[in-house]
Amino acid sequence: MRIEVRDLTKRYGPQLAVDNISFTVDTGEIVGFLGPNGAGKTTTMKIITNFIAPTFGDVFINGISIREQPNEIKRHIGYLPESNPLYNDMPVIDYLKFVGELLDINNLTGRIKDVIEKVGLYDEKHKKIGELSKGYKQRVGLAQAIIHDPEILILDEPTSGLDPNQIVEIRKLIRELGKEKTVILSTHILPEVEAITDRILIINKGKIVADGTSESLKTQATENESLIVEIEGGSPSEVLSKLNELATVGKVDITSREGNKFEVTSRPGLSSRKDIFTMCVNNNWFLTQLTPVERKLEDIFRQLTLN
Amino acid sequence: MKTIWIITKKELASYFDSLIAYVLIVLFLGFSGFFTWLYGTDIFLIGQVDLRPFFNVAYWTLFFFIPALAMRSVSEEKSSGTIELLLTKPVTDWQLILGKYLANLIVIFIALALTAPYVITLANIGNLDAGATLLGYTGLLFMSSAYIGIGIYASSITKNQIVAFLIALFIGLFFHIIFSVFANNMSGGVAEMFSYLDMSTHFNSISRGVLDTKDVIYFASLTFLGLFFSVLTLSKRNLN
Repeated sequence: MRIEVRDLTKRYGPQLAVDNISFTVDTGEIVGFLGPNGAGKTTTMKIITNFIAPTFGDVFINGISIREQPNEIKRHIGYLPESNPLYNDMPVIDYLKFVGELLDINNLTGRIKDVIEKVGLYDEKHKKIGELSKGYKQRVGLAQAIIHDPEILILDEPTSGLDPNQIVEIRKLIRELGKEKTVILSTHILPEVEAITDRILIINKGKIVADGTSESLKTQATENESLIVEIEGGSPSEVLSKLNELATVGKVDITSREGNKFEVTSRPGLSSRKDIFTMCVNNNWFLTQLTPVERKLEDIFRQLTLN
Repeated sequence: MKTIWIITKKELASYFDSLIAYVLIVLFLGFSGFFTWLYGTDIFLIGQVDLRPFFNVAYWTLFFFIPALAMRSVSEEKSSGTIELLLTKPVTDWQLILGKYLANLIVIFIALALTAPYVITLANIGNLDAGATLLGYTGLLFMSSAYIGIGIYASSITKNQIVAFLIALFIGLFFHIIFSVFANNMSGGVAEMFSYLDMSTHFNSISRGVLDTKDVIYFASLTFLGLFFSVLTLSKRNLN
């Protein structure tokens, strides 16, 4: 199912939580929602899931507006809210039964069994939710989100507060679910977005500031080519001056004097790799390292959201 | 209707699982039993086979009992965040509130049904007026319904259950006593208006054995207003 967010705006009193954003998520896509706290991620998710109404704009699920048929749309969405609220005094199986009845699922008993199996809650199914550890609670949260086999999954920080092992397990589960569903998930953990999602949306102060795959964001953000160059055979000052003479080189920084290691920044739009190699050949030097420096998602995130 | 009933069932299960229902029912039976049979102007003193003393005691016990029962209805869902889970399922605000209302009413109904031994005892002592007894219970149920409406409204405006309890009691106090005091201290149309707003006017009229449409409308509108304002409070999340 396709999600289309069109000119969405949400105001809380004088505060603008979401400022006229539009984006589309296609069927089968896993989209990561990134942004600092208070950027509007949760608000956007609450609007898509029909918990709150937008001030302006609309969301279309497969072309159907959430303003027109909220109850029909709700049946196609599985939602794990931020902080994973649950009824602590209810046993896991009763809770899933309650949710399943609200969603009017056929063959509910069989479905509950499948879901419990899928999220790995078999041994805990008769325990009260309040007695479970955080990781298992998260599984219950996921179980209620997928019990009606929804085409769309909205997960608000699904791995927050879990230990590294649990994080890996939940990610694996989400990736598996994402094979057949449209998924939007929000997170603060940047490697997680790279690990799970197909596409990244970075949102800041209610606006979308970046949209693309992690690769495309990285190349977009890297304006000038940057290389780590290590050259042996010549004295550092000689190498440095020759490097500076090259037409394609913009700036040279010395990173380590002993090993003749430099960080070379090329001029905008140009690559100096070839020139550096030719220079080494002409001077009979050995090129021992020529590595492009890759921008990390962290840097891009900071660059886009710190202003 | 099905959705409402699913919510009611879940609500009843949590009342009974968490022992709240048992504790409140035992307290209700304890208090009303004590004042009906053992203390003060008890049932033996008046020398008539009449359940009126019980109805008057229950009228007061329920006044405290219902806010305590209803206080968690919405506020707990709000403070734990589970309201977000419920309302992102195919559940409307009205269905949620009506489900909660029905669950509260059923607990009260069970509490009142458990006073059946009083009726049986009295019927064995002498000639109990069946009609008046039935109407007395009806009056109590009507009154409970109105206070549940108020209690759920109070619970919908705060995340804190104690605050919800106190607000429900505060609003209830007007209908229970304050309007009747106003009515007694004023005259003419104003007095009449306050007398109409006073709950005991309507309760007494029913428990005396007269089921008037006027009284039914009074309790029904109080209940409706309570639930209506609860839904309104819930829907405020959509406003700016």
